[in-house]
Amino acid sequence: MSVLVDEVMKLSPPPSDQKASSKDFQSDQDVRWCPGCGDYSILAQTQRVMPDLGIPRHRMVFVSGIGCSSRFPYYMNTYGFHSIHGRATAIASGLKMARPELSMWVVTGDGDGLSIGGNHMIHLLRRNLDINVLLFNNQIYGLTKGQYSPTSEKGKVTKSSPFGSIDYPFNPAALALGSSATFVARTLDRDPKHMQAIIKRAAEHKGTSFVEVYQNCNVFNDGAFFQFTEKDTKDDTVVYLEHGKPLTFGKEKDKGIRLNGFSPEVVSLKDGKWSVNDLLVHNEKDTTLSFILADMTYKAGLPRPIGIFLAIDRPVYEQEMVRQIVFAQEKRGDGDMVKLLNSGDTWTVQ
Amino acid sequence: MAEKTIQNLEEVTIRFAGDSGDGMQLTGTQFTNTTAILGNDLSTLPDYPAEIRAPAGTLFGVSGFQIHFGSTEINTPGDQCDVLVAMNAAALKVNLGSLIDGGTIIANSDGFNDKNLKLAGYASNPLTDGSLQKYHLHSVDITKLTGLAIQDMNLSSKLVDRSKNFFALGMMYWMYNRPMESTINWIEKKFGNKPEIKEANLRVLKAGWNFSETTEIFAVRYEVGPAKLAPGKYRNITGNQALAWGLIAAAKKAKLDLFLGSYPITPASDILHELSVYKHFGVKTFQAEDEIAGVTSALGASFGGALGVTTTSGPGVALKTEAIGLAVMVELPLIIVNVQRGGPSTGLPTKTEQSDLLQSLYGRNGEAPVPIIAAATPADCFETAFEASRIALKYMTPIFCLSDGYLGNGSEPWLIPDYNALPEIAPKFRTEKEGFFPYSRDEQTLSRPWAIPGTPGLEHRIGGLEKQHITGNVNYEPLNHEFMIKMRAEKVERIANEIPLAEVEGDSQGDLLVVGWGGTYGSIKSAVAHHRQKGNSVFHLHLRWLNPMPRNVGEILYKFKHILVPELNLGQLVKVLRAKYLVPAVGLNKIQGLPFKSVEIENKIEEILRGTK
Repeated sequence: MSVLVDEVMKLSPPPSDQKASSKDFQSDQDVRWCPGCGDYSILAQTQRVMPDLGIPRHRMVFVSGIGCSSRFPYYMNTYGFHSIHGRATAIASGLKMARPELSMWVVTGDGDGLSIGGNHMIHLLRRNLDINVLLFNNQIYGLTKGQYSPTSEKGKVTKSSPFGSIDYPFNPAALALGSSATFVARTLDRDPKHMQAIIKRAAEHKGTSFVEVYQNCNVFNDGAFFQFTEKDTKDDTVVYLEHGKPLTFGKEKDKGIRLNGFSPEVVSLKDGKWSVNDLLVHNEKDTTLSFILADMTYKAGLPRPIGIFLAIDRPVYEQEMVRQIVFAQEKRGDGDMVKLLNSGDTWTVQ
Repeated sequence: MAEKTIQNLEEVTIRFAGDSGDGMQLTGTQFTNTTAILGNDLSTLPDYPAEIRAPAGTLFGVSGFQIHFGSTEINTPGDQCDVLVAMNAAALKVNLGSLIDGGTIIANSDGFNDKNLKLAGYASNPLTDGSLQKYHLHSVDITKLTGLAIQDMNLSSKLVDRSKNFFALGMMYWMYNRPMESTINWIEKKFGNKPEIKEANLRVLKAGWNFSETTEIFAVRYEVGPAKLAPGKYRNITGNQALAWGLIAAAKKAKLDLFLGSYPITPASDILHELSVYKHFGVKTFQAEDEIAGVTSALGASFGGALGVTTTSGPGVALKTEAIGLAVMVELPLIIVNVQRGGPSTGLPTKTEQSDLLQSLYGRNGEAPVPIIAAATPADCFETAFEASRIALKYMTPIFCLSDGYLGNGSEPWLIPDYNALPEIAPKFRTEKEGFFPYSRDEQTLSRPWAIPGTPGLEHRIGGLEKQHITGNVNYEPLNHEFMIKMRAEKVERIANEIPLAEVEGDSQGDLLVVGWGGTYGSIKSAVAHHRQKGNSVFHLHLRWLNPMPRNVGEILYKFKHILVPELNLGQLVKVLRAKYLVPAVGLNKIQGLPFKSVEIENKIEEILRGTK
């Protein structure tokens, strides 16, 4: 750390920062999302979780790109950077490398993070910087008023696809796993408790945390996830992934997922053929299993997996960078500019 | 053994040319370092193809390295060469045009077999058909002699082939009376753990020397005495290395960490390579996934209080454009280094050009002023990068630091600066909570406060949307927008308050002023000097700052009857000068991927003066 930054980090925080409440994380700016937008819930859950992390807000940075979700930093009373389309992950990476001690958050959407910013996203995930990514997936372009997104379902009729979209959608969780992410989770805007738990786990994870949040856009794609969030359907359409527990679902928890070869299938626990012991038990440390679970996402007849697909440890990029610097300094001593300038073949003119 | 004549020369230009796999760049660099240590002034021009190993013997696979050195002041790599070392027929064909009449050719006769001649498009062998009569031709079977020197080592023919450039180097060392120690040391270090290759190269180098000493082929040896350079300690340095060191020095002075976000691109990659070595200086280098991540990661690092830098060439700048606009809006320091190359598009990756001036000035959406500083010579890249950093930090602005392929790869002797005497760079992080607003401004520089994440009580948000004056809140009001546009322009304009006034080399008025910028400095200087020696009223104005320009540029321009602006583009600076100062400046334009020969500028000056008289 440079001398000047070091001086800043030694400053003691004002007393008000010491026992923060969710209110302390609310900025003075009016929130300007459409009334009824799923983003409100994500903002509220995030602000609720923040005080529990024990990190003072002046050491937190929220970085975003462009899109509805990307207005998020304006509403957080932390440091924030509302940048350009798709680049939040790259900006956050640079900031994290420069300042590994900061708590870094990227807020992005399905367009910002997976379309224009898809490249930076996959590279962040493989490098594994300690950055938390909240990807609001509403399966539509909201800010540009309703074009299909890279997660929109095939056949979707939008302003830019009047005859139905011919694009096949990304499966964000599978994409993240394919990019060697170390933490991949999915949660729902209408399940506050679950979201809070996931955000907290994401914050605690050392390495890049990829959290896909199913978020309702009530203006351009209303109800896209209602089957997973509304009372009368959700029990039969969602399976919650819990580490060490068998995959059961249904109102009476009378259905489960078992593996038939490598393929998950739904079985009934009522007819006596299968019992809980036959079911797939979730293990968030198992990379192979995580791919199988993520692959359930668009499969007909299977419930949508929600929860943590994978949470494993791998060296963190910015720490490796620091390690090389410390090693070089131990070996060669702190860089001396005068010595450097006078190094190599030199000669003197009298 | 006949006694050899020794002839004194003031200056010489040698061109080494061969296949891109023949090691001509290495040979040239070794000759250059040795020559530098001897105290000659020098200038070099590496000229190599974009293909790493183009098919052997082809015209497009020819790689060249030209060095101009002397006991006098040397400003250019030389318009024409006095000696051409041609390792094969294609190398001769491509380079013969740049050899002076009566010049010397040292040709590797083994590189002129039927296949080579056919690939080079020769109907008959120029070494034997008498077509080279106006030159001093020395045809030597370098390949065979190399093989003989190491025949007892039983090396593969491939390894023998790879050593032959050292034979040529040994010959040139003998011919120009240069000591071999520097190269011997280099070989010993470089191939320390490959004893066979080390031994072979050493033997071949000495064989080249001994061959020249013993045989009757060369009747004359040349002596080029040391140049009268200013007293002090020197080293030889390339532009890319000097630029990297300038950045490190600036960060060190500023007590900041240097962060480089970069994506490999010719001819800028060597800056990334160079900086990645200096981890013990706390330098963080990040090879990003693309050009955009290179610049945005650097901007992110700047937000965090580092000296953020991105290095690239023209096509890379095109990709970074949107992020540079963001840097203008969020007003954070950011150095964008553009080592310009031939464009448009992929263009001529390994060749030089100055065609990104207008891109630097105007290549962004919206009114997005960015200061621009350009290096004049390879060694000047150090000071240019240092100054760019100082201004970026002081004014909280992105800045273009322009170099070009010729400067980046070229080298010259450098009077090593006294680090402690370099200007102070003293950035301050805002820490007082009282009265903090993200977009309040320093009265003198108009820069906004740098409040880095981690500072208690100064939590704030920045971004690409228009800012309200002072508070920095998102604001769409018409008058605020216009105010902020003008504020950002004024901030950049105010840099002119502290940059040195432009100085004309020579007089302050006269018939013709030659105005240049960037890497054409040396050619223009030589051309103007020749005319001055003839008593012509011709003067030279070099612009280091292109945006803002020094306050007195207009004043100077108005004092001359004619203004000539030589540029390696279709006329970019001349366009700006004409628009800004309403002067009838004319351009001299060359877009061939090569630097100006000073004679080209001299002739144009002549033409203008003849029209006047």
